Amino acid sequence: MIAVSKCLLLSFGLAISVTVPSFAQQAHVGNLTGHAAVGKKLYRRFCVGCHGPLGDGNGENAQWIDPKPRDFTAATFKCRSTPTGSLPTDQDLYNSIGRGFTNSNMPHWDALTDQNRIDLVAFIKSFSPRWTTEKPSDPITVPPEPAITIESITHGAELFQKMECWKCHGQQGRGDGPSASTLTDSKDNPIRPYNFAAGADDSRFKCGVTNQDVYKIFITGVDGTPMPSFADVIQPNDAWDLVHFLRTLQTNRHSKENDVLKAAGGKIPTKAPDAPANSDNKGSGGGN
Amino acid sequence: MRTKQLFLVVFAIMVSPALLLGAGTVSGKVTYTGTPAKQKTIDMSKEPSCAKQHTTPITTETVVTGANNALENVVVYISAGAPDEPNAPAQAVTFTQKGCQYIPHVLAMHTGQELKVVNDDQTSHNIHPLAKINREWNKSQPPGTPPLSEKFDKEEFVPVKCNVHPWMHGYFAVLKTTHYAISSDNGGFTLPNLPAGKYTITAWQEDYGTQTQDVTISGNETKTVDFTFKAKPY
Repeated sequence: MIAVSKCLLLSFGLAISVTVPSFAQQAHVGNLTGHAAVGKKLYRRFCVGCHGPLGDGNGENAQWIDPKPRDFTAATFKCRSTPTGSLPTDQDLYNSIGRGFTNSNMPHWDALTDQNRIDLVAFIKSFSPRWTTEKPSDPITVPPEPAITIESITHGAELFQKMECWKCHGQQGRGDGPSASTLTDSKDNPIRPYNFAAGADDSRFKCGVTNQDVYKIFITGVDGTPMPSFADVIQPNDAWDLVHFLRTLQTNRHSKENDVLKAAGGKIPTKAPDAPANSDNKGSGGGN
Repeated sequence: MRTKQLFLVVFAIMVSPALLLGAGTVSGKVTYTGTPAKQKTIDMSKEPSCAKQHTTPITTETVVTGANNALENVVVYISAGAPDEPNAPAQAVTFTQKGCQYIPHVLAMHTGQELKVVNDDQTSHNIHPLAKINREWNKSQPPGTPPLSEKFDKEEFVPVKCNVHPWMHGYFAVLKTTHYAISSDNGGFTLPNLPAGKYTITAWQEDYGTQTQDVTISGNETKTVDFTFKAKPY
């Protein structure tokens, strides 16, 4: 008996001394704690085919995949709650695995348990030294959403012009703006801007389905892609108006925004007839 | 007698900063051999507000040359031998977007030094430094918005681009020293205020890579160090 417990103690001690120093990386979401050593086994089974044994996005399948699998060694992530340039939170990575990435080959891994996913997060964080030298910045704050009104949608449409979202996303949000064909990601692979009008009622955004998620996308930017952060140049209320307008570009999706627009006659009232796509912006810089 | 002493003290105070900085100078010229690739003409017709600012055709600036094979926009800096500089200079460096071009095309700065990015155009730009060692961020800057302020913590040559205007391309040279210069249109550069010592001078060109040379400064003298890059024809 004593021998057995001694043996257990010894093996326990060994397990700690072996796993802790080599896999110091942990992940935390709620009450869950993820361990990189466990996540490594799951990664080898479920993720390695695309993301590769080195985590650099060069798995066997990568050559057939567009957009390319994420390179975890760069520690640059698209869907974050943190400002541009910052590491994401554990929760952000955890959500990304569970949600998957629409319009890409990354499926939603809701077949894995919550514990599986948090273990994977811990392992993914072992691919870059940034996780040991840096901390994720504080998540951005999303203020409460104001009412969805035709005024809000109309102002959002004005901001869509003023911020020149259409340069990439196109006037109808179809991802066909004048700069669209030239866009590349940070690894020089061609990349398409989001097409809001594609898809039916299930039309969804890359980083989540709620209006809060849409708000976050243009405040945080989509790092590693051409989509910049607008955090320094848009006020919270304006940002919400833009969210309400963007929802109306999802023409086939059932939404409160589309209902409000329909009730207002189906068209966004314009202040003056203009052709913004070809207009010269000069002289309108100080205007609204 | 007393006035003489006072004079000496004042003189010493005036001179000492110069002694600390050093009186040595390294200067020279950066040139190329061979035939540099022809720069491409930029078509800005998709951005009329920028196109109209230019009366002559604008080209890419990957390799900018001058008379007598001069090579411009080369970062020449002390890469070894200079005393550590724990603090970044207090004044900011400025990177301006004007006419859908970056001015300057190559901007050098100290690690931790404030970088101000200005949009002088009537169009939105996004500033996207494709950093690999530093953090990669990407910020939108619509017309009329105030300068944005950033800094880089680690030494790196960071390519900068604007995704909206794909021809816009520049570089941030983030260095651990204030002893740097960018070669001018005649290829010339000067690194002044060097204390006596042995230095490694590095020259970096965005397409041609780096070269290094060692130089020893003993007191108040000017040493000439020239760099010659072999041009890539394509």
